[in-house]
Amino acid sequence: MSQNGQVKTSMGRVTQGGAASRSLPKAPTGIQGLDEITGGGFPRGRPTLICGSAGAGKTLLAMEFLVGGATKFHEPGVFMAFEETAPELAQNVRSLGFDLDQLAKEKKLTVDFVRVERSEIDETGDYDLEGLFIRLNSAIDTIGAKRVVLDTIENLFSGLQNEGILRAELRRLFRWLKDKGVTAVITAERGEGTLTRHGLEEYVSDCVILLDHRVTDQVSTRRLRIVKYRGTAHGTNEYPFLIDEDGFSVLPVTSLGLQHRVSDERLSSGIARLDTMLEGKGFFRGSTILVSGTAGTGKSSMAAHFVDAACRRGERCLYFSFEESQGQIIRNMRSIGLNLEAWTKKNLLQFHSSRATFYGLEMHLAIIHKIVQEFEPQIVVLDPIGSLVQAGNERDAHTTLIRLIDFLKLRGTTAFLTNLTSGGDAVEKTDVEISSIVDTWLFARDIELAGERNRAMYVLKSRGMSHSNQLREFVLTDHGVDLLDVYVGPEGVLTGSSRLSQEAREKAATLARKQETERMERDRKRKREALEARIIALRKEFEAEDNEAERTAAGAVVREEVVAEDRKTQARSRGADKGKDRVTGSRGNVR
Amino acid sequence: MKKSVKAAAPQPLSIQEIKETKSTAPSDVWELRLYVAGQTPRSVAAFANLKKICEEHLADRYNIEVVDLVKHPQLAAGDQIVAIPTLVRKLPQPLRKIVGDLRDTERALVGLQLRPATSE
Repeated sequence: MSQNGQVKTSMGRVTQGGAASRSLPKAPTGIQGLDEITGGGFPRGRPTLICGSAGAGKTLLAMEFLVGGATKFHEPGVFMAFEETAPELAQNVRSLGFDLDQLAKEKKLTVDFVRVERSEIDETGDYDLEGLFIRLNSAIDTIGAKRVVLDTIENLFSGLQNEGILRAELRRLFRWLKDKGVTAVITAERGEGTLTRHGLEEYVSDCVILLDHRVTDQVSTRRLRIVKYRGTAHGTNEYPFLIDEDGFSVLPVTSLGLQHRVSDERLSSGIARLDTMLEGKGFFRGSTILVSGTAGTGKSSMAAHFVDAACRRGERCLYFSFEESQGQIIRNMRSIGLNLEAWTKKNLLQFHSSRATFYGLEMHLAIIHKIVQEFEPQIVVLDPIGSLVQAGNERDAHTTLIRLIDFLKLRGTTAFLTNLTSGGDAVEKTDVEISSIVDTWLFARDIELAGERNRAMYVLKSRGMSHSNQLREFVLTDHGVDLLDVYVGPEGVLTGSSRLSQEAREKAATLARKQETERMERDRKRKREALEARIIALRKEFEAEDNEAERTAAGAVVREEVVAEDRKTQARSRGADKGKDRVTGSRGNVR
Repeated sequence: MKKSVKAAAPQPLSIQEIKETKSTAPSDVWELRLYVAGQTPRSVAAFANLKKICEEHLADRYNIEVVDLVKHPQLAAGDQIVAIPTLVRKLPQPLRKIVGDLRDTERALVGLQLRPATSE
């Protein structure tokens, strides 16, 4: 399919409708971000115009396009330089790791320096630029170039006088480049009120890219905009870009949508009681967590806990600090029992500290972007985001953060942001008004009571989980953050020593109650013992009486028998009847 | 005063690579090089105009070398040729370039510094 489309367009036929952006063949630039916003690169086989003011990065962009083509896409290139000589160019881009001499040796890249010096040129009569065509053609054919850069062809206008001829020849040149089938990049200086000083945009109309270098409030920002791109749906926004030791990188952040995948995995916050407040499981992976609060409420400490917990799981964390240095954070967190240094040594944790005002917002964004892509962390901490406002204005900071959050979300990276709420503002508000886009918002505040200032925190919102609605007292101990229940009573919420004294009072009361119970228990026991003693005594008494009675009864029987015997003896001695009436008589008497 | 005229490739229009040498001191000899691209009418006109100027003003003191970039494209870079035709005055120093078909003789003479720009 796409193969078909490519053939069609390269043959000059028009592709129809929505398929155009897909089938229009592209020459990838290999520049991070640029290929994304152009939908794959510059239009293949067509000229692209890059315009911008001096120092905007035109030459560098063009050179990266060529070097990228030569090294990554097997497309040799010709760089026709009208401003700098080949050695100068080679030197300029060597710092970016491009070895033009080596590429030239490998026949992957040719630099042709074209110098047109007006002072030594006179014009008489008709001419054309066939010399340029021949040179270009020869250079292209020598290495089989697929890409051509003309940097900056407008210099011809200063070297040659006859503008009519020049315009006609440039038109022919661009036509010729198309026929030649090379992907060309033409750079041009930006003019007053026009894209280019000499109106080159008239001739190069397939793709026009504008580079801008703006300084606002002493902070400079580079931006790139696709002014026009025929046959391709492209973003119309201004994209910040960065030129650093790795060359050119564009941040396609504004092109991000809301298509990020969602994770059900939960991450511990590193604070057990906080996890408990969040269904006992913690945050969602890939969510955005904001801790806001007034100064000194322990926001950074919470971030450090989260980082520590992540590193324990073996995940990588990036900590961007806009107020404290790495050493300072490590030292401060050591005081609450967190050894972050160990994680930095294991390369699980990286700190990046820079003053917010040091760069422009876009630059911050660009740097964060870049580092995130290099380090590929699971967790990113920004501490605090409010500082970013200092680097730009509030609106810019807002959009920057949204872009950053979108970027992190898309990567499935969990973002932990802290934000300082100044006392004057409404407390449940962030400086940069991103509260609506965060998923979990923890609010830390201080409670002033009874001459004390204590920390408290609560979960303001947490999307997708039934979180606790309770306020917790937030205590920093030498073994980390602890969340305690606050005392809620008729006097309101009690924290700190008020809570402690309340607790003490409660404890005393409990103790007293306990003692009372014990005393009663002892009494009862004693009574029972006394009662039992008495029961025993009574029983003994009764037994004694019982024995006595028995003995008395037995004595009576004996006496009866003795009497009976006596009587018998007496009767015998008297010689009376023996036998029955004696026995029966005696028995009958006894009973 | 011999004129060595070397024939170029057989073409209907005849531009020839001409080497003219002269017995006078080398500093007096004008080394001229005309860059053309094929046998275009403009190239032919330029060569004819140049020849005429040289005959009139530099009789017996010039060498003209015609370089056809279509045949020798690699030679374009050396003299930084962009426009065609371009006449390069290699000697005497300093180097001068005149682009165009040399139709305007007066301007060509000024360009070759055979005539001061202000006079006449």
